[in-house]
Amino acid sequence: MKLMLTCKQASQIISQSLDNPLSWQDRLRLKFHLFICDACTRFNQQLHLLNTVIKRIIKTTESDNTIQLNSEAKARITQAIESSSH
Amino acid sequence: MTNNANDWLNEHGDYLYRFALARLRDPHQAEDAVQETMLAAIKNNSFEGESSARTWLTGILKHKIIDLQRKLIREQPISDLVDLDASETSMDDFFDKSGHWLEKPQFLEMPENALQQKQFLSILNTCLDKLPAKLSAIFMMRDVHESDNENICKELNITATNAWVMLYRARMGLRKCLEIHWIAG
Ligand SMILES: [Zn+2]
Repeated sequence: MKLMLTCKQASQIISQSLDNPLSWQDRLRLKFHLFICDACTRFNQQLHLLNTVIKRIIKTTESDNTIQLNSEAKARITQAIESSSH
Repeated sequence: MTNNANDWLNEHGDYLYRFALARLRDPHQAEDAVQETMLAAIKNNSFEGESSARTWLTGILKHKIIDLQRKLIREQPISDLVDLDASETSMDDFFDKSGHWLEKPQFLEMPENALQQKQFLSILNTCLDKLPAKLSAIFMMRDVHESDNENICKELNITATNAWVMLYRARMGLRKCLEIHWIAG
C-alpha cells in the first residue's frame, strides 16, 4: 500500500469522507497526509465549515417568522385549491 | 377537503414556504412547491391524524423539492458534468501537474451572529449560482437535504463515481468562491 498521497488525492478523499465511511487504508493515508500538510488540513476545515454553516442557516431560515408567503402567492395558491375541487 | 386545505395554507403555508425556500433558494420555485404540496394533499388525502398536519405536509413537500432538484439536474446530460476538463470548475485550476495546491486553501471564519449568517447566506447563494446549475443542485440535494448517496444515485440514475465527482467539483468550486467573497466582519 502506498502511504503518500498528493494534495489532489487527499482533497478527493476528504470530499468522499463527507459522504461515505472511508476504507481503513484511505483513513490511514489521509491521517498521515493531514499530519504533514497544513493546506489540506485547512481544506478539510473548509468543507466541514460549509457543511455546518449550511445546516445552521437552514434551521434559522425555517424558524424565521419574518419570512412569509407574500399575499399574491397566497391568493394564487388559494385559487388553485378552489379550482382543484371543481 | 378544500376547507381543510385552506386551513392548512393559513396555518402552515408560511412554514412550508420557509422550508422550501431554505432548500430551493428561489422564491418562485418555493411558492410553486407549496402550491403543489397543497394540491397533492387534497388529492391523496392520506392524513390520518396520527402525525401533525405540519409533519404530514412537510413530508409531501420534501418529495416535491426533490422532484424539482432532480429535474434541474437531469436537464443536462450527465456525461457533460463528469467530463473533468469541460468547464469552469476544471481541477486544473486547483492543482499543478504533480498534485500540489496551486493556491493553498485559506482560513474561513465561522459566521457567528445572525448578521454574519445573513451575509454568509447571500454570498453562498452567489457562489451556488456561479456553479453549473446541476452541480449546485446535487450539492443542495446532498448537503442540504441529506439525501444519502445511494438515494441520489438511484434518483438521478448515475453511478456512485459520477456522484462523488460531481459533489467534489461542487465543493471545490464553492469553497474557492467563499475564500474570495467571505470575509467575516
Ligand atoms: Zn496536502
